[in-house]
Amino acid sequence: MNTENLIPLNKLCIYYKVELSFFSNLSDIGLIEIKTIEDSPYVHQDKIDVIEKMIRMHHELDVNVEGIDIVLNLLSKIDDLQNELTLTKNRLRLYEK
Amino acid sequence: MAFIDYYKILEVDKNATDVDIKKAYRKLARKYHPDLNPNDKEAERKFKEINEANEVLSNAENRKKYDQYGENWAHADEYEKAKQQQQYHRGGQQDGFQGFQGFSGGGDYSDFFESMFGGRSAGGGRGRSAVYKGQDLNAELHLDLKEVYTTHKRTVTINGKNIRLTIPAGVENGQVIKISGLGGEGANGGPKGDLYITFAIENHTNFKLDHHNLYSTVDLDLYKAILGGEITVDTFDGKVKLNVKPGTQNGTKVKLKGKGFPIYKKEGHFGDLYITYQILIPTQLTEREKELFTELHKLRAS
Repeated sequence: MNTENLIPLNKLCIYYKVELSFFSNLSDIGLIEIKTIEDSPYVHQDKIDVIEKMIRMHHELDVNVEGIDIVLNLLSKIDDLQNELTLTKNRLRLYEK
Repeated sequence: MAFIDYYKILEVDKNATDVDIKKAYRKLARKYHPDLNPNDKEAERKFKEINEANEVLSNAENRKKYDQYGENWAHADEYEKAKQQQQYHRGGQQDGFQGFQGFSGGGDYSDFFESMFGGRSAGGGRGRSAVYKGQDLNAELHLDLKEVYTTHKRTVTINGKNIRLTIPAGVENGQVIKISGLGGEGANGGPKGDLYITFAIENHTNFKLDHHNLYSTVDLDLYKAILGGEITVDTFDGKVKLNVKPGTQNGTKVKLKGKGFPIYKKEGHFGDLYITYQILIPTQLTEREKELFTELHKLRAS
């Protein structure tokens, strides 16, 4: 199978100095999708943004996997609210001189 | 160059122990961490500030130097002079384009810190995690509403690199577009970062915009409103002739289908233009006009 656009998890473990179990825990609660090809685990390159974010939360803020799940949900809610606010502000321009 | 009170920044007193400092830093980091405060420049500034304070106060050597000289740091004058000269040579903004980098850890120390510790200190706090993917860049592009009426190409300079962008017609104020791979280089073969552009669109026209519909108010003289006739009104990109029906009331709205703003990424599709008539009542009437209006009034009253 083609491993293009996939990053081997082992590489990420070494690079970020995290245990493989951290990634399996993230996968267990559905935060990342691990693809196994010829017995090696991979993640998709497009997910690297959010993976790095999760590693930072874990390393720099001591947030556990469940906490990361909660933070990401709240961030996504903030994002929705911010988009709604932008739309509302744009509409408000209609009534402003 | 201003003195920075690192104790105040970490909200600890001067006798704080290493444990107190660590605790205070962690608490503030949880509040201002950029991952928890996306697109919040104030939080980013605070985070840099607390990191700097932590680098100084969590390192015994740095803390000692700071406690000893801090407030009376001697290089202020000469440093200030050199800094001013540098700023003088810096160019202004171009193209309404304001670039700013995403948070990258390291760098960005205050003048005070750099003068006292000369850039990043050894040891200190725990610092940021290594990054594999290149740094994402954020930038804001200021455009006039007229400029986003048509799809156009524009060259902008981000971090000294010229980037040719296609700006699709109908892009909305506050909209963010992501351009993959235009951020910083990845490390160790990691993917490149992305460029995020936020559009700030200002409207200096007589049209108001709601999503992709335009709104405008058109003056209509009393006689045309009563008797009907033809008028020419401005659309966003030209003029159209309209037939005014006899007996048109003040505030009447007319919808001009397809004369609104282009719909983002739907080439050839436009919103509508809504025109509201504002009837102008004649003032400073001549005697003859008054006579005639009075006569009309009588006709109506009888």
